[in-house]
Amino acid sequence: MYKSALIGLLSMLAAMVLPQAAHAEYGDVVMNNYSDAAGMRPVVFPHWYHRIRFRCKVCHADLGFKFKAGGNKITMAKIIDGQFCGACHNGEISWSVENCGMCHSGISGTPTHIDGSTVQRLVAPTYKKLGN
Amino acid sequence: MNKPSITVFAALITLAFLGVTGSSHAQAAALSTEKQDPNRFNRLLPPKDKRTPPVAEDGIHDPKGAGVKVLQEPREAFGVLIKGKGGNYVDWVKSLDKKKIKPLYDLDDPELVPMTVDMNIVREVKGTMPDVVFPHEQHTQWLECANCHPAIFIPQKGANPMSMVDIMLGNKCGVCHGTVAFPVTECRRCHSKAKPMKARQKVSAKSTRK
Ligand code: HEC
Ligand code: HEC
Ligand code: HEC
Ligand code: HEC
Ligand code: HEC
Ligand code: HEC
Repeated sequence: MYKSALIGLLSMLAAMVLPQAAHAEYGDVVMNNYSDAAGMRPVVFPHWYHRIRFRCKVCHADLGFKFKAGGNKITMAKIIDGQFCGACHNGEISWSVENCGMCHSGISGTPTHIDGSTVQRLVAPTYKKLGN
Repeated sequence: MNKPSITVFAALITLAFLGVTGSSHAQAAALSTEKQDPNRFNRLLPPKDKRTPPVAEDGIHDPKGAGVKVLQEPREAFGVLIKGKGGNYVDWVKSLDKKKIKPLYDLDDPELVPMTVDMNIVREVKGTMPDVVFPHEQHTQWLECANCHPAIFIPQKGANPMSMVDIMLGNKCGVCHGTVAFPVTECRRCHSKAKPMKARQKVSAKSTRK
């Protein structure tokens, strides 16, 4: 039992050091619950950029973002009402929502996921074959 | 997990990694313009200068979109931060300690500082790996108690069964480590407490006996 668990663990590690298809900055989240269907590019949320300016607690406790890519079911209606991204992208704390292209910057067809994650690197990312 | 399911799992993983290498070879070939020495060192590792790709070439941003021309290049921002070994290749703990970054803790009150707790939890690890030290201090710099308790961890030492496989699948520590916080490849940052000499010898004696 212990031995086979170890083999599993080792092959997972092997898969991780091997080269990965070019991927975006670690922690970038692609959100595409609705965008493709609405004819917009999917949204790319950069964690690195925001964590330089805010602690995790601001978004994941105070603003109620769940720890799940795509799990918050964000829509434009919620954003203009000041929820989620709209708590800051309101023209006061940060630039406002008329800058569609800043958020909707992804390649169409990219599914919702968090880029560069262990899970993504272990399981072959099939979407890489679609887009580019 | 029982034995057959783990073996199946190992097989799946192996298949998955064949898939990864297959597609990335094709992509690497398409990306590189100059011919590469077939017998070079580090044939399988991505070259260092490909680690933090430009936004327009990172595979998820549309180079034809309006955003890519305006978005910041991560390399520019990371240049003034303290370097790390994995993930963003930034040591976020040191960058915060040395005040290279000053992330807000509260939107309404920019002066508010986090209430940190200095409490280390040592988790004894099966086998030869050093024990895991979980530091509340560094975590409460960034997070609130309710981010972890009780949804991810019951706040009681030893009450949460964990394993490395579980973490790699994105559970427990793996909710953040392997997504946003430093990744699982940095073993030493978690496995930081040497085992007492006696225990170590006992383990290695056990593992050589058939
Ligand atoms: C500016 C807001 C913001 C900040 C600050 C922030 N996050 Fe996030 N986080 C998000 C958003 C947005 C998502 C994606 C949610 C969605 O798609 O519905 C997310 C998703 C996640 C996920 C889920 C990834 C998955 O596996 O699906 C994790 C884990 C996470 N964040 C951890 C962190 C950590 C750790 C920090 C601090 C270092 C942090 N976040 C800081 C906004 C933020
Ligand atoms: C806690 C406040 C906050 C939240 C919540 C937030 N942002 Fe931001 N965001 C900012 C600030 C501040 C900036 C920087 C603005 C500036 O530099 O003028 C920014 C910048 C950005 C940028 C530009 C990065 C660059 O390269 O210049 C993008 C893209 C972005 N946010 C997307 C999002 C998305 C998508 C969401 C929701 C999922 C979101 N943000 C939620 C505060 C926030
Ligand atoms: C601050 C970031 C941000 C900006 C700016 C922004 N959006 Fe969005 N938008 C989002 C997020 C996040 C979603 C949810 C993405 C998903 O899951 O598909 C979304 C979803 C959408 C959707 C599909 C869902 C719905 O609510 O209808 C449309 C259409 C859309 N946006 C249009 C726009 C247009 C047009 C603009 C410019 C006027 C814009 N967005 C600006 C973040 C943004
Ligand atoms: C990043 C996640 C995380 C955060 C944030 C966090 N904890 Fe914990 N906490 C843990 C883990 C992991 C354990 C160990 C559980 C185990 O050993 O099974 C723990 C254990 C505890 C324990 C039990 C200690 C013992 O000796 O039994 C207490 C009490 C506790 N935490 C309180 C807090 C408080 C108070 C905060 C906020 C100030 C907090 N924690 C924030 C992850 C966290
Ligand atoms: C809710 C998210 C979250 C969870 C769950 C979590 N961590 Fe962390 N951890 C962080 C963040 C954010 C940092 C800051 C460093 C970074 O982002 O790379 C951090 C830092 C650390 C550090 C400090 C490293 C240093 O250089 O000082 C250690 C050690 C660590 N984590 C171990 C663990 C262990 C072990 C577990 C599971 C028992 C765990 N973490 C669970 C988010 C998390
Ligand atoms: C985010 C923190 C973290 C990182 C990074 C990490 N580990 Fe672990 N590891 C743990 C925890 C927590 C346990 C479970 C300890 C326990 O049993 O309570 C564990 C357990 C283990 C075990 C014992 C078997 C098992 O599954 O319980 C091995 C072997 C192991 N880790 C190897 C590694 C290796 C090799 C690396 C680097 C590639 C690594 N770990 C990186 C946190 C980490």
